Amino acid sequence: MSVTLRVFDPAMCCSTGVCGPSVDPELARFAADVAWLQTQGVSVERFNLSQQPAAFAETPAVKEALGRGTQVLPLVLVDDRIAVEGVYPSRETLAALAGVVEKKLDVAPAASTGCCSPSAQAKSKTSCC
Amino acid sequence: MDFLERAPRNVFFTGKGGVGKTSVACATAIALTGRGRRVLLVSTDPASNLDEVLETPLAGAPRAVTSVTGLHALNIDPEAAAHAYRERMVGPYRGVLPDAAVRSIEEQLSGACTVEIAAFDEFSMLLGDARATADFDHVVFDTAPTGHTLRLLALPAAWTGFLEANVGGTSCLGPLAGLKAQQALYGGSRAALIDGARTALVLVSRADVAALREAERTRGELAALGIDRQELVINGLFRAQDRADQVAVAMERRGTDAMATMPAGLLALSRTELPLLPFGLVGIAALRQLFGKTLSATAPLTSAALEEAAAPAAPTLAALIPALATSGHGVIMTMGKGGVGKTSVAVNVAVELARRGHKVHLTTTDPAAHVEETLGGAVDGIRVSRIDPAAETRAYSEEVLRTAGANLDAAGRALLQEDLRSPCTEEIAVFRAFARIVDEGEHGFVVIDTAPTGHTLLLLDAAESYHREVLRTSGSAPEEVRRLLPRLRDAAFTKILLITLPEATPVHEAAALQRDLERADIRPFGWVINQSLTPLKVTDPMLVRRRDSEARFHAEVAALAPRVAVVPWSAPVKAQPRLDFFATNEASRLEAAP
Repeated sequence: MSVTLRVFDPAMCCSTGVCGPSVDPELARFAADVAWLQTQGVSVERFNLSQQPAAFAETPAVKEALGRGTQVLPLVLVDDRIAVEGVYPSRETLAALAGVVEKKLDVAPAASTGCCSPSAQAKSKTSCC
Repeated sequence: MDFLERAPRNVFFTGKGGVGKTSVACATAIALTGRGRRVLLVSTDPASNLDEVLETPLAGAPRAVTSVTGLHALNIDPEAAAHAYRERMVGPYRGVLPDAAVRSIEEQLSGACTVEIAAFDEFSMLLGDARATADFDHVVFDTAPTGHTLRLLALPAAWTGFLEANVGGTSCLGPLAGLKAQQALYGGSRAALIDGARTALVLVSRADVAALREAERTRGELAALGIDRQELVINGLFRAQDRADQVAVAMERRGTDAMATMPAGLLALSRTELPLLPFGLVGIAALRQLFGKTLSATAPLTSAALEEAAAPAAPTLAALIPALATSGHGVIMTMGKGGVGKTSVAVNVAVELARRGHKVHLTTTDPAAHVEETLGGAVDGIRVSRIDPAAETRAYSEEVLRTAGANLDAAGRALLQEDLRSPCTEEIAVFRAFARIVDEGEHGFVVIDTAPTGHTLLLLDAAESYHREVLRTSGSAPEEVRRLLPRLRDAAFTKILLITLPEATPVHEAAALQRDLERADIRPFGWVINQSLTPLKVTDPMLVRRRDSEARFHAEVAALAPRVAVVPWSAPVKAQPRLDFFATNEASRLEAAP
């Protein structure tokens, strides 16, 4: 199975808000879930509107959705199709989207954050604040 | 002069505010051009007045200083750098992405961290990218006041280490897309900094105990960062010519006493001494004289000028106290250029409020300030603290791990911790501490001695951008952060004292600060002209000239300020509050005032 998940985040300081006025636990949770999914062999990329606007402009589905306003973000795409709009999906939903069978032992959120760390891949070239 | 003969390609000037870094840096650059060298002069202080000093409007790119052949100068203005950076990021997407999306990018790139990083990037370029300065033989950096300079200089090391250690591939290094690509540049700028063949650091000080101590602290910290090639310049040495002039004799003795305390670390450096001049070092003609041989300072005065040396009346700091105290609580902040005496005014205001029975929290946002020493021991009713960036960063990191990190497993917490090592974390931690302290003004007096202007401007800018962000997002920002800007704008709650010396640079910097504050809807309460010779009787020809040169700055301040107080020059009493702030002026006025 080789789906690619792409997450298009709103313009933000960084994905934990570590360097913003407040840290959103939901973002820390989601960053952790993304890192977990990657350990399961799924390719996940994150794009922050304020730092990688090119990715938004070059992805037709995203550009079109943005025409309805920035509240459509975050968007989660499975390959080129929008699967989730306006919320950060749970680990279970992410796993289902990627076709990963979630093991019981892995249920505790695993981790990561990424202030500014869209993904744990070399691809992620950015940052926050 | 040896100091000029030895100058390598990069020369940094650093020192406590007010010691004359800009003057010495400019004079050095001009003197080097006199030897046929092509020189680029760079200011990294957001509150720089290099424009005024050089009589040339400067920008973010090198501009020729027309009256000095071979001299170019540029000013890294963090706001302008951030604006240019934002435009580079956003410009290509105007008309490509929907307007709302473009706007949200712009808003996100308006924070303090963007400003800091954009400025840092330009600074790195000048130091780490040889092509950027290929047209010059020397690059002379007139760096910002000490705390900020240290941070700036430490950044290449800190960031390079951060990038290397950043195993997760994550980085909270700020809105620099493609940051990894910059790693070579940061490495290059650090290599240039610690290479004595390419870079010298010049510590500028005055014959003043606090300035020398600061220079020694800087020397040690920079040496620890690997910067071994350091020199010392003692600026503004004063010799009394009229031994009957008590002020002149006291001023000379203060300098001699201070020089006797010079720390061993500084004694080991090669040293250049420059005399006090009777005029401000603003303008090319004045700057040429700093390294010149003839000092008009020594020319005798006419007897007519001497007879004028009487002491005119001046409004006192004591007279401001009743109006500061009326509300019974609130925030009082001293602001201004480095070296104007913000700490000493803050301490004396705190002492006077406590004497009137108020509870006072005296604190500082300046990592280089010596509030406790200035206060000289415990005073009833005064609680002293400081915003220590390292401690605040630690506390904030712990809080984040306790809250946002609560439900994460070990791997998750490790990643969160990694992000918290970002240089940006300090900005937000310090900012939150500032908001918390301002909040205390609800229940008593909080007297805040702020860091030099540039730093303070960034803090206030952060207040504005975070305020916008808090309004926009539903995040759980603390209440005190939410209320910070409205409180700073409430003139009944926050009273800002702009502190200046009666000289061009600090007056004009304070005037610019007042304009910046007013743009943010913050109105200063009043101005304090510190260390003025005007209220004193002086006969020494140098001091008479300096006193005469003060008049136009007193007039400028009077035109700008809603209220003015004048504090006469005095040799600081070691480790004691300046009780003479009040004592030298008629005590009756203090008591009689409503």
